[in-house]
Amino acid sequence: MPEKMPGASALIRALEAEKVEHIFGIPGGAIIDVYDKLYDSDIRHVLVRHEQVAAHAADGYARASGKVGICFATSGPGATNLTTGIANAFYDSIPVIAVTGQVPTSLIGNDSFQEADTVGIFMPITKYNFQVRTGAEIPEIVKKSFAIATSNRKGPVHIDLPKDTQKEEIDFVYPKSLKLPGIKPIPKGHPRQIKKAARELVNAERPVIISGGGVIAAEATTELVKLAEGLMIPVGVTLMGKGSFPESHPLCLGMFGMHGRKVANDILADADVVLSIGMRFSDRVTGKISTFCPEARLIHIDIDAAEIGKNVAPIIPIVGDARQILSRLNAEVGKLKTKKNTTYAEKVKEFIRECQSCLEMDYDEKPIKPQLVMRELNRVIDPDTIVVTEVGQCQMWGAHFLNIDRPRKWISSGGLGTMGFGFPASIGAKTACPDSTVIDVAGDGSFQMVLQDLATCIIEDLPIVVCVMDNRTLGMVYQWQDLFYDKRSSATLLDHAGVGKGSAIPEVPDFVKVAEAYGGRGIKIDSPGDVGPAIDEAVANEVVTVIDFKIDKSENILPMVPAGGNIKNMLLSERCRFEPYTARS
Amino acid sequence: MTEKQHIIACLVENKPGVMLRISGLFARRGFNIESIAVGTTENDDISRMTIIVRGDDKVLEQVEKQLLKQFDVFKVTDLDKETSVVRELCLVKVNAKTEQKKMLLMNYAEIFRAKVVDVNTSTLTLEITGDVQKVDAFVDLLRPHGIREIARTGTVAMARGQKPGEIQGPG
Repeated sequence: MPEKMPGASALIRALEAEKVEHIFGIPGGAIIDVYDKLYDSDIRHVLVRHEQVAAHAADGYARASGKVGICFATSGPGATNLTTGIANAFYDSIPVIAVTGQVPTSLIGNDSFQEADTVGIFMPITKYNFQVRTGAEIPEIVKKSFAIATSNRKGPVHIDLPKDTQKEEIDFVYPKSLKLPGIKPIPKGHPRQIKKAARELVNAERPVIISGGGVIAAEATTELVKLAEGLMIPVGVTLMGKGSFPESHPLCLGMFGMHGRKVANDILADADVVLSIGMRFSDRVTGKISTFCPEARLIHIDIDAAEIGKNVAPIIPIVGDARQILSRLNAEVGKLKTKKNTTYAEKVKEFIRECQSCLEMDYDEKPIKPQLVMRELNRVIDPDTIVVTEVGQCQMWGAHFLNIDRPRKWISSGGLGTMGFGFPASIGAKTACPDSTVIDVAGDGSFQMVLQDLATCIIEDLPIVVCVMDNRTLGMVYQWQDLFYDKRSSATLLDHAGVGKGSAIPEVPDFVKVAEAYGGRGIKIDSPGDVGPAIDEAVANEVVTVIDFKIDKSENILPMVPAGGNIKNMLLSERCRFEPYTARS
Repeated sequence: MTEKQHIIACLVENKPGVMLRISGLFARRGFNIESIAVGTTENDDISRMTIIVRGDDKVLEQVEKQLLKQFDVFKVTDLDKETSVVRELCLVKVNAKTEQKKMLLMNYAEIFRAKVVDVNTSTLTLEITGDVQKVDAFVDLLRPHGIREIARTGTVAMARGQKPGEIQGPG
């Protein structure tokens, strides 16, 4: 029997039917009816201090849990404030559902108070979006939204909910299943292509595997490890793929790309067969595309046919689900007579160990070196620790140095590169995994975009560790100016007025006082001996803790492939000058 | 790779907003649309979009794949010009103040199998159907006589013969 209820109740009931446990959001006039019904629900609402935080938190929640993240906002400014977070989820293929209030249908198009063309604004940054026209559509639209967000290549969906549809009395029935011809079946991966790929890998002299975020989305780590170990193939990861293959594994090259490890880029550039899985050959991975892996025969597995051949043309394209295809690839490899490529693998393993030495140096200097903070973080990271990052130098220090061994334990903004992502995403991750230590590797620039949500951490009891890599600069831009713009640090010095020509104004802000003002803990660290103990203390704290690491602003994140360069030609740091790696016999 | 004109037939859900979504996709990805025409099909729930796009094979492959990814898109076909019926409809209003001029234009119309759909003391409105080249040739012929107004539908196309399963809706 259908039950009579207003549209707002139908929305909440539908979310409950989808087993939603958490929602991040801020109410407003156009979504007040929904919040009224949420008052009676068991779903936990996390009240944030800015809608951007709601969207990033839903994104971080989805990445940490593998479930769909949900965020709510009101019409107009509430909705537009969500957009950065939703675009971020879109470019990283993260399943998020954003629900926004809208002015009543009768007022749409009249430039009414807090009206915005939300449908138009969200269209290019979502996988799909809906505007509810009558309350009766709500259950079906929610069901469709979950199906779209989680099918094939995942992504965000937006539902715009005019106020009158929230009030409208409807007959609630939650559909059990829907016929959705718009969701195309996932291709199964052509058997002949999989056979061919197995032969290529078995016969390769210098094979390399690139593992991307798609391996995490498909939960294909076990199959990937089996393949790599079976054939002794070195595996490197993309920024989005960190955690898809254990980085402390002796065959793991670490991250590829602009700020990847030298051993990863050199071995990749030299490869004769490359198997790439669930990644899209972004310019940050390939450098100059015409010089990328000149000798490699490329096998590309991806769930999205449109990614195959978009940037790089493979000789063997395989469209489908990574886990299913890798498991069939393993079976095919098993049928072939395989000679383990031990000489090559042993050589590469030795290079990996040498290149890793850079992580373990003592860095006992003042001002503090960011590498020291990373080394100490590696020490405390346990299998359940979730590392989240902001964007810029801090992110690349983390990506380059931190060893992440499990999927969903590394959360970073890849495609969009959103400063102000990490702290909100930590809120989402901690909400999803309250028993895990959640560490936000932050920069002082990024953190200041969102630090008002320290309040949320206190009120909602989310003891996150925020490691501010504080160099009083917008570090990555500062570094580019240092390297490519004659050291003209225009507007990148956060302690200077204007474009940065005057004198420095110190301690704005004092991060310790900021943390304390919200009721959290703050620790200021300026000598290397205190770095480790501060991290230990913060991890043990039962309240959000901000560690202000006063780091050396002259320390660039190196190595680096300059934008548009060849991945073989990395700029190296003074400290870690490795000779080019080649495993050619 | 050489640039070529392609005719893409795309079956989409018949509902508001789909046109915006598809044309937005083309704009965002930098695809070069020459024309786009939309109308309903034998199935009320489905519209057919005929898109004329210029690009090399790589661009065309991306166009097809990006279209097919869309939730509102059910089927995408790259139609071969040689084996398809390709048509456009065009209305042209031409100056025709004298009887003599009107006779001349009507003769032209007959040669091109165009129809006179409206006439008054000073103008003649002609309707022509054909492929783009034919319509262009007709318009060029009329141009010296003073064209007041032109309305073109954009190209629609369909594969010749009966190919079961070639263009189908859902279910």
